[in-house]
This record gives sequence, structure tokens and C-alpha cells, in this order.
Amino acid sequence: MSLLELDGVKVHFPVKKGLLFDRTVGHVYAVDGVSLSVEAGQTYGLVGESGCGKTTLGRAVLRLNDITEGGVVFDGTDLAKLPSEEMRAFRRRLQMVFQDPLGSLNPRQNIESILAEGMAAHGIGKDAAERRKKIEDILAKVGLPSNAMSRYPHEFSGGQRQRIGIARALVLEPDVIICDEPVSALDVSVQAQVINLLEELQESLGLTYLVIAHDLAVVRHISDVIGVMYLGGLVEEAPSDALYAGPRHPYTKALMSAVPVPDPEVEDRRERILLHGDLPSPANPPAGCRFHTRCPWVQETKCATERPPLLDTGDGHKVACHFTAEIEAGTVKQTLATGIEAVIGTETVAAEAVETAEAEAPAEKPAEDEAPAEEPAKAEAPAEEPATVPAQADADATEQTEDSPKA
Amino acid sequence: MSLLSVEELSVTFTARGRKDATAVDGVSFEVDQGQVVGLVGESGCGKSVTSLALMGLLPRKGVRVGGRAEFDGQNLLTMNERKLRDLRGSQLAMIFQDPLSSLNPVVPIGIQVTEILQRHRGLKGEKARKEAASLLDRVGIPDPDRRLKEYPHQLSGGMRQRALIAMAVACAPRLLIADEPTTALDVTIQAQILELLKELVDQEGTALLMITHDLGVVAGLCDEVNVLYAGRAVESAGRRELFAHPTHPYAHGLLGSIPRLDAPRGEPLHPIRGSINDKIAWADGCAFAPRCDHYTMECLTGTPELTEPRTAGHQVRCVNPVLPKAEVPA
Repeated sequence: MSLLELDGVKVHFPVKKGLLFDRTVGHVYAVDGVSLSVEAGQTYGLVGESGCGKTTLGRAVLRLNDITEGGVVFDGTDLAKLPSEEMRAFRRRLQMVFQDPLGSLNPRQNIESILAEGMAAHGIGKDAAERRKKIEDILAKVGLPSNAMSRYPHEFSGGQRQRIGIARALVLEPDVIICDEPVSALDVSVQAQVINLLEELQESLGLTYLVIAHDLAVVRHISDVIGVMYLGGLVEEAPSDALYAGPRHPYTKALMSAVPVPDPEVEDRRERILLHGDLPSPANPPAGCRFHTRCPWVQETKCATERPPLLDTGDGHKVACHFTAEIEAGTVKQTLATGIEAVIGTETVAAEAVETAEAEAPAEKPAEDEAPAEEPAKAEAPAEEPATVPAQADADATEQTEDSPKA
Repeated sequence: MSLLSVEELSVTFTARGRKDATAVDGVSFEVDQGQVVGLVGESGCGKSVTSLALMGLLPRKGVRVGGRAEFDGQNLLTMNERKLRDLRGSQLAMIFQDPLSSLNPVVPIGIQVTEILQRHRGLKGEKARKEAASLLDRVGIPDPDRRLKEYPHQLSGGMRQRALIAMAVACAPRLLIADEPTTALDVTIQAQILELLKELVDQEGTALLMITHDLGVVAGLCDEVNVLYAGRAVESAGRRELFAHPTHPYAHGLLGSIPRLDAPRGEPLHPIRGSINDKIAWADGCAFAPRCDHYTMECLTGTPELTEPRTAGHQVRCVNPVLPKAEVPA
């Protein structure tokens, strides 16, 4: 039994319109059916690009957002159905560290008061003196001097403020800490300090983390299990090493190939799978597989009509794609290149083909691409879209990244 | 002769009743035609101020700019405003970090792009509109005719950045300054934009000055890299040389503190201790000394000079550099 289990969690925000009566005209499907489980003492990393719903999901676990549907089972209790008074008690055991360390600390409270507030609310420590001692302990643990207690947030640097945010979570002796982009506001040299601190604390206190971040390298560094989110749903979940060694979902493949590696040798050798277009709006997500509008491997059947479930493909590596096995085996090629030859029926340079195909089949892309078909001139433009790279090259690309030297 | 050669550029902000703040403290580098030069560093290292100084975009009051910045033989820093205005947008162009706040929110994209074409190329009316559409098309914005009528908020982040790039390249500039062009974007969009910039450099021979904090971006794009710390270049080298043998303790530490996607899990990071606030003035010694694991007493005896301890062309400002015996951090 896992410590924290999410079962089909959905968070939909209503879109309201109207002056007198708030009519609900639609929903933003921020999180749309996510199931995952976090084991005690482990780190679960949630990655995805902006707008994929990862932050909303993290907040939903703490019920900082209302959960539309689904369950959040923490240590045997379904938090989604708890009355808010009881939920409050549970928040001691589930704490959060926020992205913006300055914005999440009250500028008018000194550090002692910030840290003591939560303790008083949850009845930790008998009196101020006892709390003070505890705060001193925790500050030392996160690497802040004890004179920090009487100072104010603006007196600290970004990295120190994030340490305060972590200390604020720690004073309540939580079981789970949800870290929402814990290091993305920090400079790289300081980022490493905070990552190391999080790891040390986990080791010494046996904490469980749910880390939400957009930086794949950071998540890969600290997580045991990684879940990749796209437009409100998990598309792939695997142990950190397995995910890195062999991403199976086309989106993960593209994401991995896009992360720059600070090593010219690696950068020069690898080929990127460039995705075209942007994330579709979560208010109007594409039917079927959410990724099919940008997927280089999209197929005629199923992809646009049927939403693939997250299925285990062995060794706890779960993928939500209809064609995982086929892509792996190479029997399914990148359609944007092959499908188009059929459309045109003649030998055409792949680059032109892609552009034309886009113009002729607007349904394949999100709203931004409703290119009228009357623009054949467009085909002359140099396509910088990657789908033009033959499937073979892309497959190689991922291979290369995997084999990169671990020096 | 390089297209842009910057010598001992310094920028000091002054305010009455306050101590002067030196943001850039003697930065020198050169950019050639068709070359990509990177300025890398963390926040507060003076990389953005350098670019603003080059473009003449710093406020006139309260700023002291020193040194030389020669673009095609003319000193940008002493040029009069009228001449500079002719140069900016036509021969010199800049891409900013935040595409939303650098576009005018109440003016359609089309007008913002044609404005440049009118000002510098004298194109008018339908001609300018056509040219604007072809520019948007060139940077990969689908359906440019419709996009021209839209406002910045109607475009996605990646598309806004493309629109900015379209404006920057409208007059085929000889030097393009990109200040954190992809920082506000998601990685998949970042990859698209970097690809686009690479194409521009390859096809047009534009010189690109790339300002970023992301060493990963530098590794894939730049020919020459300058690592800045507290307003000075502490190391400059070709990118292969720099990444293979980071010699200044700061560059070395920076590379050691980045989690890498291809590093085996469980390998600890080696952060640099302290923060940028722990620095001393360059005049008194090495600004990095308080955070440095390699520092000696000699570090506090005045500004270290740029030397070439390893190979020619690999300059390091350090009296006790990290030499090859140390392993290259993974």
C-alpha cells in the first residue's frame, strides 16, 4: 500500500460568462484523470511543460484546488471527501514548498513568526520557548544561521529564502512534502545547493516527496519514479533510470531530445525531435490521444478518436500510447512523412510535403494551424519542422542520447 | 577586423546618496561575421546590462559607461542618438527575454512589424504588409496573414518570440543580440527557437551575440563562450575547449552544479557555496574568492589578469586555476 495514491483525479475549472448570471460556458480541463501512487520514502517527479496541469495536480492533493472527481488516498484516508475542518488537520502531514520563495513568505513577518505560525495552528510545542527551540533545530538542518530567526524575508538571498520555505514545511514534521518547482527561480549554482539539501533531508528524516518541475534534468536527478504529464494527463510513468534509458511515449522522446545538455560533444551528435505547434488549449483539448495533434508518429486509426489508457509495458514502465510496441519495433514510421506521399502521390521533398499536408489537413493541428488550403506557395518555405527528418534519423537520435558517454 | 569588438566595457549606475553600483566592470570580447558568441553567467553578472549598453538602451541619466564598443569601425558608445537610431533595427537588432512585455499589447503584430520596414527600408502599404507576412512565414508562424491582424496576447509564447525574431531580422541585421531568448519558453519550444536562430546564422551569416544563463544552450549553439562573474569575464574559450577543460573555479563549479539528463542517477551535485552576494570588488582582488574552493592569499591582492594557462585562445582570470589534473566534472 502506497503512502499517497491518486485515483483518476480530475480538476476542471468552470469558465464563466455573463453579467448578471454566471453561466458556465465551458471547462478548463486542467487535470483530467490522473492516477499515480507515491511510495513512502521515495520521490515522485512530475514533469511537463507549462499548462500541462502539474501544479494544479499538486495543489489538488492538498485540496488547495477543489477536486472535481477522483480520490486522493493518503495513508488510508480519502482526502478528496474529507470535510475541510478535518482536511486542515491532515495538512500538517502534507506540506508544500512553493516556487517563488519571496512571494510565498509574508514580507512583514520575521522568520521565527513565519515558522511558528504553522506550529501554533497545529498545536506543535507547548509554548513559545519550546517552539523556538524546535525552530532553531530546523534552521540548522536547512543550513541557516540561528540569527535568521529575527530577520525578515527580504534580507535573504533567493537560495536562503527557499531554505526558509523548506524549513516552514519541516517544522510541522510532515510525511509528504510537495515541492512545486522548488529550484526553478534559483541560479544554477544555488539550485544545486537546494537540490542537495532536499536529498539530505529525505535521507535523514525519511521524507516522501512529490516534486513538480519542468526541468527534466532536475527531476531525473532527484526522483525515483517520474511521471510525464501532457495536457492534463499522464502519458508515461517509469522509474527514473528506465525513463531516461528508453522513453517510450513520443512526447517523452521529444521532450528528452529537446533538453540541452551542457556538453558540446553530446549536443553535436544528437538529432532533435522537434515538435511543431504549441500545446493545445486545455479548455478545448483534442479528442482521442491528447498528443495526436503534435505527434510525429500519429496514425490514421485510433489516435484521433480513442484516448489511450496508461498501460504497464513491463517493469513498471507505463505508457499511454496506442502504438508503443509498434513504434518500438519500428513497424510504425513517422506518419507526417509517409502519410503525405499518399496525399500528393508524387515524389516530393519531404519538407514540401509536410507543409502542404498541413495546409490540406487542417484538422490535424490545433486551431492555430487552420491554414487555408489555397496557399500552395507555402510549400516553398524551408520547413524547419523536424518531422521532415526521416523516421530512421529520429530513432537514431534517441539512441544516441542514450548512449552518450557518462563521463 | 571583427564586426563588433568590445574593449573594457564598464557600466556604473549612480544615484545621489547611494554608493555607485558597477554592473559591468571591464568586459572585452569580439564577434565576427557568422559567428555565435555567448555571454554566460548567473543573475547579477552583468550580461544583460552589457547588451543594453551595446544597443544604447541604457538611460542617459545616472549611468556611466566606459570603454569602447566598435561596430564596423564606429564606436557605439559615443555615437549620437540619431545615428544610433539608424543603426538599431537595421544593422543591429535585439531579441529580448520576455516576448510579451517587449511587444506593444495594444498594437496588432502586423503594424509592429511593418513599422520597422517603413522606418528602415521605406516600404509602405501593401508592399510592407506583404513583406511582413513573408517574414512571419520565414520564422515559422503558420497562416501569417491572419496573425498580422492579431494582438500579442492572442499568440502563444513561442509564437510571440518568433514574431520578435521576425522583427529583429526584418532588415537583415549584421549583428543580432539575443538576451535570454528562450528562458521564458518550454523546452520543446526552446528547441524550435534555437533551431531557427542557428538557421539564421548559417544562411545569412548574421553574427549572433547570445546572452544566456543556460550552459546547455551555449553548448549547442555558441562558437566562443565568455563566462561572466560580477561584471567581468572570468573565462573565455571556444566551446569545446571550455566544456572539456573548464579552468576557472567558477566555470568549473558551474558545470559541476548542473544536473545532467545523461548523468547516472545518484551522482551528487557539487554546488558552489554561498551566493552572488558574497563578493568583493574586483579592485580588491578576485570577486569570486569568497565562494571559491581554490582561493589563496594571492587572490586578495588586486585584480587577477586574464592569462592563458592551458592553450592559446583560452583565457582565464585566475591566479590559481583548476588545471587538468582535476577530473572534468560530469
